Amino acid sequence: MPIEYPSALELLEAAEEFLRKDVLDKLEGAQRYHLQVALNALAIVARELALGAQLEAEESARLAELVGPTGPACEANQVLCAKIRARELTWRDAKLMRHLFATALGKMSIDNPRYATYLRATSPK
Amino acid sequence: MTLAGPLAGRLAASVRRHFGPDARVVDLEALSGGASADTWRFDVVTGEIRRPLILQYSTGTEQFESSLERSLQGKVQAAAHEAGLPVAEVLFLLDEADALGDGYVMSRIEGETLGTRIHKLAEYAAARAMLTRQCGETLARLHGLDPKKLPTLPVRGAADSLATLRAIFRRSAADLAVFELALQWLEDHVPAPVAPRLVHGDFRLGNLIVGPEGLRAVVDWEMAHLGDPAEDFGWISVPSWRFGRLEQEVGGFGTLDELACAYRAAGGDIDLGRVRFWQVLGALKWGLVCRFFAVKHLAGDVRHIERAVIGRRTSETELDLLTLIEGG
Repeated sequence: MPIEYPSALELLEAAEEFLRKDVLDKLEGAQRYHLQVALNALAIVARELALGAQLEAEESARLAELVGPTGPACEANQVLCAKIRARELTWRDAKLMRHLFATALGKMSIDNPRYATYLRATSPK
Repeated sequence: MTLAGPLAGRLAASVRRHFGPDARVVDLEALSGGASADTWRFDVVTGEIRRPLILQYSTGTEQFESSLERSLQGKVQAAAHEAGLPVAEVLFLLDEADALGDGYVMSRIEGETLGTRIHKLAEYAAARAMLTRQCGETLARLHGLDPKKLPTLPVRGAADSLATLRAIFRRSAADLAVFELALQWLEDHVPAPVAPRLVHGDFRLGNLIVGPEGLRAVVDWEMAHLGDPAEDFGWISVPSWRFGRLEQEVGGFGTLDELACAYRAAGGDIDLGRVRFWQVLGALKWGLVCRFFAVKHLAGDVRHIERAVIGRRTSETELDLLTLIEGG
């Protein structure tokens, strides 16, 4: 039987809930602040578990269009970096910019969806 | 802090040498002033007189990029103070007899440095309204100091700073396409060289001591150098330092036009067309600093949850860089 019940995300949420509800208010000063930082780390992991695979698949598809078929996303990304370094692709290239924006927005949806630049970029006009 | 033990004894001896045999150190306390700051607060009591002081000294922690020796930092700060800038008075530089290494002791100016508190608390409302003008005036006077009357400082213009960041990025061997792109954009937008002026190098909320009545002091002079005054305009308007208020480019409390207006009224001369380069360079630098902290954590040099998590703030600067490059 696959190890899946409760799921990784559900276990993570349980740990997060315990720390936030039962531990946080017992701490003060630097310890309380650092627990908040740790809770933020758990929230990032939770969002990555929920969104990461989909975002990586989308990134791979865009990369394949930009640099042609290579290996996994990280390999294609290396090729992309080399092409930018060699100026085969530049900041004037609209297709490149669209890809980089989409990738950066995807990362932000995991890392910090409350960041002002992200909120402005994703809010309906 | 393991250093507190020997530090306390040596500081007590140093204080007796500088303030007289009956001078005592009381309330010695480490300040959490950022990863590279080795800063302690204490009071010196001599009879009825109590002096609030700060010790700033070097413990040799590895830095992201080269900064000034503490003694040189103290000399620059002293020059700025003597010129009448809002800067704490440097009382003495440490010497060999102090046995505390490289550093200095300065007067302590109380106030708030945390950007979130300066932005949120009602008691700083009047200060917020004045801060842009005060920053403009302060920068005009700072950039206006005669370099010949300053201690010898490193000269770093736009091209030098870009070369330094490129080298740091290449050493990191990170595959970050947005950072590659930012380097490329910066290479295409290096502003024409200017006559080097004193540049603070880390002028932003966090390094400004603020009271309810406004700006009290500019601290953290360890990145001071001779260079392009537009660098200080760019750094304080990096999106990461806007505390969520994107339209107020200057630290989230003012616009670049307002800053330039106050700067010019105080005798400064600035071409805002030079600032975008420094904003992009600043966002890239902060992105690399975030990564640097995470690398230090993962390598086990300085393991801490805060450093691990800050690594994920790199993506904020990626989005900021793209937005700046597209002209936003």
